[in-house]
Amino acid sequence: MGGARHLYVHLPFCAARCGYCDFVTVVGRDDQHDRYVEAVVREVELERLSLAAEVETVYLGGGTPTFTHATALERLLRALPPAQELTVEANPETVTPELAALLAGCGVDRVSLGVQTFDPQLLQTLGRRAEPDDVPRAIAALRDAGIEAMSVDLIYGIPGQGETDLEHDLAAVLALGPEHVSAYELEAKPGTRFTHAHGVELARQGEAMEGYFEQVVETLTGAGYRWYETANFCRAGDRDLRARHNLGVWLGHDYLGVGVGAVSTIGERRWRNAPSLGRYLAALGTGLTPPREYEELPPETRRVERVMLGLRLDEPLPLDGLRSVLDAAELEGLAGLGLAIRHEETLSLTPRGRFLGGGVTARLLA
Amino acid sequence: MTLCESVTLLDAGPPREHPNQEPTAHMDQQHIRNFSIIAHIDHGKSTLADRILQLTETVSVREMRDQLLDSMDLERERGITIKAQAVRVAWKGHQLNLIDTPGHVDFTYEVSRSLQACEGALLVVDAAQGIEAQTLANAYLAIENDLEIVPVVNKIDLPAADPDRASAEVADLIGDDAEHVLRISAKTGQGVADVLDAIVERIPPPTGDLEAPARALIFDSSYDQYRGVVAFVRVIDGVFRPREWLRAMALGTRFEAQEIGFMSPTNRPVKTLSAGEVGYVITGLKDVSELRVGDTLTSDRGGAVEPLPGYKEVKPMVFAGLFPTDSDQYPELRDSLERLKLNDAALFYEPETSQALGFGFRCGFLGLLHMEIVRERLEREFDLDLLVTAPNVAYRVRALNDEQWVEVHTPSDLPDAFEEVEEPYIKASIIVPKEFVGAVMELNNDKRGRFDHMEYLSPERVHLTYELPLAEIVLDYYDQLKSRTKGYASFDYDITGFQTGNLARVDILVGGEPVDALSLIIHREFAYDRGRLLVEKLREEIPRQMFDVAIQAAIGARVIARETVKARRKDVLAKCYGGDVSRKRKLLEKQKKGKKRMKSVGGVEVPQEAFLAVLNLNEPAKK
Repeated sequence: MGGARHLYVHLPFCAARCGYCDFVTVVGRDDQHDRYVEAVVREVELERLSLAAEVETVYLGGGTPTFTHATALERLLRALPPAQELTVEANPETVTPELAALLAGCGVDRVSLGVQTFDPQLLQTLGRRAEPDDVPRAIAALRDAGIEAMSVDLIYGIPGQGETDLEHDLAAVLALGPEHVSAYELEAKPGTRFTHAHGVELARQGEAMEGYFEQVVETLTGAGYRWYETANFCRAGDRDLRARHNLGVWLGHDYLGVGVGAVSTIGERRWRNAPSLGRYLAALGTGLTPPREYEELPPETRRVERVMLGLRLDEPLPLDGLRSVLDAAELEGLAGLGLAIRHEETLSLTPRGRFLGGGVTARLLA
Repeated sequence: MTLCESVTLLDAGPPREHPNQEPTAHMDQQHIRNFSIIAHIDHGKSTLADRILQLTETVSVREMRDQLLDSMDLERERGITIKAQAVRVAWKGHQLNLIDTPGHVDFTYEVSRSLQACEGALLVVDAAQGIEAQTLANAYLAIENDLEIVPVVNKIDLPAADPDRASAEVADLIGDDAEHVLRISAKTGQGVADVLDAIVERIPPPTGDLEAPARALIFDSSYDQYRGVVAFVRVIDGVFRPREWLRAMALGTRFEAQEIGFMSPTNRPVKTLSAGEVGYVITGLKDVSELRVGDTLTSDRGGAVEPLPGYKEVKPMVFAGLFPTDSDQYPELRDSLERLKLNDAALFYEPETSQALGFGFRCGFLGLLHMEIVRERLEREFDLDLLVTAPNVAYRVRALNDEQWVEVHTPSDLPDAFEEVEEPYIKASIIVPKEFVGAVMELNNDKRGRFDHMEYLSPERVHLTYELPLAEIVLDYYDQLKSRTKGYASFDYDITGFQTGNLARVDILVGGEPVDALSLIIHREFAYDRGRLLVEKLREEIPRQMFDVAIQAAIGARVIARETVKARRKDVLAKCYGGDVSRKRKLLEKQKKGKKRMKSVGGVEVPQEAFLAVLNLNEPAKK
């Protein structure tokens, strides 16, 4: 058994909670950083059989990984297995020359910056703490430290946003020239305070979403970016600048996730660590695996996921081994509508098919 | 439609002391009186019937109350016996038979047969309300049947009662003297004995020929699960006996009379039913459609040659598709219709398949109320969740170069081209306070009505008659009439026959394909507006698809209205990482399942709610 070649590490600590965020985050508990890092290191040790001998990618996500105390962060980075790609998520306001040097010194070669928007008003609506100026400063610091691959996260459909605002955000991103851009629509979860506070405006944004999506894809591809995944873009050129870690997930590879609330998918099983910091620390404090929720993933289910995730990519989906979960008649129908292209051994979606990827996938699956 | 629910389940019970003589098995015709009660709903028919049963000691006050309370237990012990369609009571040495009449507009024919079984009728009018359209319609039927009418003004105890006005209206209607109108309160019992006396005095006795071959008019029938079809009859000539082989003359059905008898108010088997008497015949037949109301029963051997006049086959005039909301309920719907049909010979149904609504039945009804009754019984008694298409009337069509008339019950069955099409017409009778005459005339003009007659029943109230296409009534007439007259109009109708109409079939096409369940037949003048409305509604209801969807209304190949549901431009979730693959997969599965609930028309996925919304546009107003 090969084991997972992709490792995800969750660092939940944040300075403040953003209203729209649905990740496992912890605000306060600043005294727990060291203990948490020790627990994570312990979990990696416990799961070493789940990992491949050679790990391809490591990804530190959060939370705000760069909010974690520098000493704890360094301890963690040094304890993790070496990888060909080591990504850390960062909030622009947390990036100082010292932090950049620390990251680079620990082998981090890719940073994903949670920018979301450059508009101060919209940043406030989202509950972000960064100032627009923090972004170029952070990128400069990271580049100075020798980190080459920059990714910028954008969010569109923010209450109060308009087409022009998005246009400005996209222009600002392009001016910074990051290697990689992720652009998502804002997904406000029903029942949250955020949704409650912006109900009417969110509905209006919902109506505008298809226009925004087109605007994002047109602007970025127009500027020479490759639209390689539904919400992800990378600078085109000789080097493959796609996010290798996430690409692994989209290609249906196994991955190990450690930390509170982290999800792993290995073989026919998926599990999620309990989202409670206390229970996580308690278990690993006594050397035990944290409480988990398991889900069986029979091969058929993994094939379904392979199709679902694979069709988000621009590269053709190899049909070999997936035919049992595909509806051949629907495939013909979708090809007839100009949404899908059927090759001998692969299947790909046309640009319009990718815009309608959810519906197209639902029809394609038998 | 039973006389009064509380007494229908009575057992004969222990012998009772009656100051009046017991209703007897046989009596010479001079001492028999057969009558019905004609009244608008809520004008007190049931109360008067109850009071008559009490006053004649057919049931005691205590029994009525006790039986009411015990009725559920009785039902369980004995099984429901026979509904009391005719009750025999005794009054001062006479045998009185009270024959029930169905209470509403769709059963005009049945009412006329019940009236044919009588020599007289009580015309009961509410002292506060006066004459209503239904009263009029049934009163005219009674007059046509040469019945002696005993006018009664009821509820004189009410504070709002105006017995003088009501008496004048009734007297005017039947051409009688207002002095002759009895004034009673069925509730308190005041004047009810006078009513019984008047029945004996004013209504003539039957004059059948006791020696002639036996003939009896079937005026109603019902189905008993243990004994089969029960016929309610009025013997006109001769004598009927149990175990005798009988024949229904129009249908030719033969059977052995298993039991004959009368109800007072429960079954009392007898050895003979003779000319002039009213009673029941237990036939043992298993299907109500083998015996039709209006048919004549006679002895199979040596029976009559001439049937009684007036029989006609009742044909359903209003049709609608009934579909189970949940397709799994189809077998239950079929079984339920079968069971309803046992007691309702007028109900017609045949399987129908609609690409939009799945498997169901096309059902035929006598009218809208009949439809409502059936629908309600299916939903309430059989616990079915139904989807009912817009009702339409029966059409007669002659295809191109064809002399043959064909009846069409489903709009989509009307050919694109034809020589001629006819639709059923009604004679509508409307009574309104005079200030609403204009509003009613305007409505009737809008509904293609032809003015027939107008008359003042009193200085305040006007009776209007119009000829109208039944299709217009079926659409939304009740609702319109109600709102335009603030609820003051009373309405009744009678189907008069078929007339040529300038009609066309309008199809609704989705993605270029007609949706069978949404086709309609409509007057050409209204086709454009209706088509426009349906197409607009459907555009609102059909979710955006992966491609543009054309929604059209067309007459044949000519499109009269068109809307487009623009294609979606985005249908994908923006963000998907390792942490939420399962959630995304479950969303996808849900999306797939949702898609399965959609009906595919012309490659377009249409939610059932969309059809429902459009069908609701055509939903007739409940009366």
